[in-house]
Amino acid sequence: MGSIVLLAGEVFRSLFTTRLHWDEFIKQLHFIGWKSQVIVLTTGASTGMVFCAQTFFQFHKMKMDNATLTVVGIAMITELGPVLAGLMVAGRVGAAIAAELGTMRVTEQIDALRTMATHPVDYLVVPRFLATVIAMPLLTVLTWAVGIAAAYVLGITVLGLEGAYGLRHLYFFVDVQDVMLGCIKAVFFGGIIGLIGCYRGLNCGEGAEGVGRATNQAVVQSCIAILVSNFFLTLFLRGLLYP
Amino acid sequence: MIEVDNISKSFGNNVVLREVSFRVAEGESLAIIGRSGTGKSVVLKHLVGLMMPDAGTVRVQGASLNEMNERELLTVRRQFGMLFQGAALFDSMNVFENIAFPLRRSGVTDEAEIEQRVMEMLRLVEMPGVESNLLSELSGGMRKRVGLARAIVHRPTIILYDEPTTGLDPVVSDSIDQLMRRVRDQFNITSIVITHDMRSARRIGQRIIYLREGQVYLDAPADEVFNSSDPVISRFVKGEADLKEEELL
Ligand SMILES: Nc1ncnc2c1ncn2[C@@H]1O[C@H](COP(=O)(O)OP(=O)(O)OP(=O)(O)O)[C@@H](O)[C@H]1O
Ligand SMILES: [Mg+2]
Repeated sequence: MGSIVLLAGEVFRSLFTTRLHWDEFIKQLHFIGWKSQVIVLTTGASTGMVFCAQTFFQFHKMKMDNATLTVVGIAMITELGPVLAGLMVAGRVGAAIAAELGTMRVTEQIDALRTMATHPVDYLVVPRFLATVIAMPLLTVLTWAVGIAAAYVLGITVLGLEGAYGLRHLYFFVDVQDVMLGCIKAVFFGGIIGLIGCYRGLNCGEGAEGVGRATNQAVVQSCIAILVSNFFLTLFLRGLLYP
Repeated sequence: MIEVDNISKSFGNNVVLREVSFRVAEGESLAIIGRSGTGKSVVLKHLVGLMMPDAGTVRVQGASLNEMNERELLTVRRQFGMLFQGAALFDSMNVFENIAFPLRRSGVTDEAEIEQRVMEMLRLVEMPGVESNLLSELSGGMRKRVGLARAIVHRPTIILYDEPTTGLDPVVSDSIDQLMRRVRDQFNITSIVITHDMRSARRIGQRIIYLREGQVYLDAPADEVFNSSDPVISRFVKGEADLKEEELL
């Protein structure tokens, strides 16, 4: 725990004092952001539809059909979007980062990098960290869009909701603060995934077993960190954003 | 000038180095020999600050590595080139980019110059035409030579070779030996070579250190080592197992 804070400090120092390795950064952004779209789209659509259907079944009993989309929207934007995108990206990207850096460590590629006057944090960690931090909010927005769109389509075609009412309520009840809350969470989760993935990779044990363990720990620990911090972020940011 | 003073290193309960001391003068070439697992690679990693000693100091051109942080070490390492025992090539890059890497890192930006120097290195290690190959397409010996090219392409003043000829056929070994000698003589480069190949040690090393059980057992000019009457040394250089010693162990 202490050393991961040290790594974070080193990352921030490097961000402000050394030149960014643009080619590495673009490569990572492509892998982490662009290529994560499929899993995030699937997760968003599936959750949006299921959540919409279940909410509708309950609300229908109380004749509150028109509140369905609002509830789905708020839940997607403030909680489900960032958390689900975070968990999926932790599984896909966090594991890949830890495995790649871990393999580089056990095959002495990181030592080789160091002998060639290159700091592993500058060259490996910073591009990955920045890429996850930038990609996560974008992927989260994508999750919202697909999730809400899927819920809307399901709502008006199958469940018989009034499309215009739903949209109007959604627009009326979702505040800028909700959107901000979701985005800030996404940025924070991105940082968690990038940092823990890199930390586990750089400090990986020996051999194939070490790489396996590092990968496993990266995923488990980022997921736990996301779930735990989500609760506190909700409480803290609510206090901050909605005075 | 590299000064190693009484360095000790253990990993957990495994004591690897015990008070190792030696010096390497500028332009000198030193060969380190010794049985497998005696800590030769560990010594080499201490010279560039990849590992820090538990006790003792390593000084490069008078500056003590012990007191430096990783960023300060980076500047010291600019004068070094290192060939790793396992080559340690970047498997996310092709051969060309691997060799070009230290050049780019030392501030060469002219693509034409980079290309010209990489091609020249590939010719020197007798592997022309593989520049766009992926590492997975190379044999172990070929990787070693790409690693060698990467270690010397940016013209460092101190070069560390960890078993440069292990796994190469005798003909290529011989030309690599010649290459290392040429590099050393042309630019007055300090070189430290770990090797199991006695022929190669005799040809490259002006001085030889025999490492035994984590200690410097002998530090002497090459011919003295090869004509030594000490049974431990002479058996090692002739490659004969000591049956009595094996039984004792
Ligand atoms: N990073 C490390 N962590 C733990 N132990 C290590 C580490 N590096 C080396 N060792 C231990 O140090 C000892 C010496 O290793 P080293 O690689 O220096 O041997 P060597 O003399 O180079 O042998 P060889 O000729 O086979 O390459 C070994 O017992 C090894 O297990
Ligand atoms: Mg070795």
